[in-house]
Amino acid sequence: MSNMLAGLLEWVDARFPLSKMWKEHLSEYYAPKNFNFWYFFGSLALLVLVLQIVTGILLTMNYKPDATLAFASVEYIMRDVNWGWLIRYMHSTGASAFFVIVYLHMYRGLMYGSFKKPRELIWIFGMLIYLALMAEAFFGYLLPWGQMSYWGAQVIVNLFSAIPFGIGEPLSQWIRGDYVVSDATLNRFFAFHVIALPFVLAGLVVAHIIALHEVGSNNPDGVEIKKNKGPDGKPLDGIPFHPYYTVKDIVGVVVFLMFFFGIIFFGPEMGGYFLEHANFIPADPLKTPLHIAPVWYFTPFYAMLRAVPPLFDSQFPGVVVMGAAVVILFFLPWIDRSPVKSIRYRGASYKLSLAVFIVSFLILGWLGTQPVTVIKTDMARIFTALYFAFFVALWFLPKFEKTKPVPERVTTK
Amino acid sequence: MSNDGVDTSRRRFLITATSAVGAVGAAGVVIPFGLSMNPSARAKAAGAPVEVDISKLETGAMLTVAWRGKPVWVLKRTEQNMKDLPSLDSTVADPHSDVTSQQPEYAHNEHRSRDSRANILVMVGICTHLGCSPTYRPDVAPADLGDEWKGGFFCPCHGSKYDLAGRVFKNVPAPLNMVVPPYKYLSETLVLVGDDKGAA
Repeated sequence: MSNMLAGLLEWVDARFPLSKMWKEHLSEYYAPKNFNFWYFFGSLALLVLVLQIVTGILLTMNYKPDATLAFASVEYIMRDVNWGWLIRYMHSTGASAFFVIVYLHMYRGLMYGSFKKPRELIWIFGMLIYLALMAEAFFGYLLPWGQMSYWGAQVIVNLFSAIPFGIGEPLSQWIRGDYVVSDATLNRFFAFHVIALPFVLAGLVVAHIIALHEVGSNNPDGVEIKKNKGPDGKPLDGIPFHPYYTVKDIVGVVVFLMFFFGIIFFGPEMGGYFLEHANFIPADPLKTPLHIAPVWYFTPFYAMLRAVPPLFDSQFPGVVVMGAAVVILFFLPWIDRSPVKSIRYRGASYKLSLAVFIVSFLILGWLGTQPVTVIKTDMARIFTALYFAFFVALWFLPKFEKTKPVPERVTTK
Repeated sequence: MSNDGVDTSRRRFLITATSAVGAVGAAGVVIPFGLSMNPSARAKAAGAPVEVDISKLETGAMLTVAWRGKPVWVLKRTEQNMKDLPSLDSTVADPHSDVTSQQPEYAHNEHRSRDSRANILVMVGICTHLGCSPTYRPDVAPADLGDEWKGGFFCPCHGSKYDLAGRVFKNVPAPLNMVVPPYKYLSETLVLVGDDKGAA
């Protein structure tokens, strides 16, 4: 029997690099031995991507992308389809979980300088994944065709009509396929959500991992383990990804799934943050809900949009600021001029800047869920300024930053 | 690679020429694919005018109809409302409705409506900021909108404010007055929204 299997593997290997790929990416991919808690989120993101694809396929079997049928078909899934509620809640909670994981994953990169040379492309692929994920979430949120779906899409598509020089209005019509958000819009958003973007996402994830495995993983010390190799040519501080980190990641998966299903079973709407209350009312093109806010993962950027007043009779500046808040992250590897990667060996100025940045992001996130008031608009302006101040600080402060000496080898503590 | 017998400049020319022709072909196919996403003939045809019966519209009341998928408001303003309009000139961004794209010529006036029935406001109920539909707030000096409020429209999305002629106030996110659509009176009590041809 084992002889036959060995023979089969040999047959396959002569035709497809199966064993070679297994070794390169798992059994002989050497990852630093000092990974900590923050290194769970890459594999968890992959898990959630798979869950979203599987639950998404099951949802399309009963969902109808038609303005007259969509809302009812979602209710049909929730009430009449066998286990439909579970599949739909896994998908809707999965969307929020995806962003929680991706935000923590990005924060890890900021802490340990994982975006720095030679990992700039890993960071850029990652940012593209984040961008594709935002588009995927936006398109998906229209599909239930509730009030918040409708007016959220209305607002976001109209962001494009703010572009000046006569480009804006034709562009937003081209996106909607109509003069208002309508059946045509729903139909095409469905196409983007279930076919176009999943392909893009999958491709980018492959590129992200190939780039990572080419350069090798960073670690909490920000030390390049490839600099210290043993006589066998393997990094002294590296351990094979499989079985060491596959087993470690399973622990992360188990803990994650406990939280994930806890939410699905006991609070799938998360008090209106994961599924907004207004979305339980069918879309009404004649009536905007009294308070509209995007889903929580967009609210920091939404708060920035609202914070910027119109200039020269145009709301375009707000759109530019919001876009810049995302785009500037792409340039992080070149904006941060400190040679030290990990926060462990960086000076107080970086720790303080990062703390202010994270706090600003969180407060902007909260402000984006709130109705507009004068005080909250002023707050949003201050924290938008602080958000961007982080990048200015990263450019200038490293000159004066007192860093600690970085060790030769990774540490374990 | 050896160069025996190979004319590299000819080869480079052929590669460049083939690539260029291929690129033009690829760019060419993007045009029909891209244009297919524009509003279809059916979507363009759907903008038929809408008749609105205002015989039962009371003073101070507003009704909403759908025209081209957008809400269109018909509001019968009170005498007090009409008197208040000039007093707001200093607080609104475009008091004389000089931005011509936002109303037909016959609504280019203080009340932004046809002179024959000045108190009836016909307006597309879409905020010029990001396309939400503002809320009709006829109440005077409510707690949330301040003592100066004399009735108007408040957009819940981003806090833009308009007066009862749809003129946008200064220092709010929306840049322009709300749009007055083409309209005409078919009779004393019948408004046609979406068409103003041949109207007096």
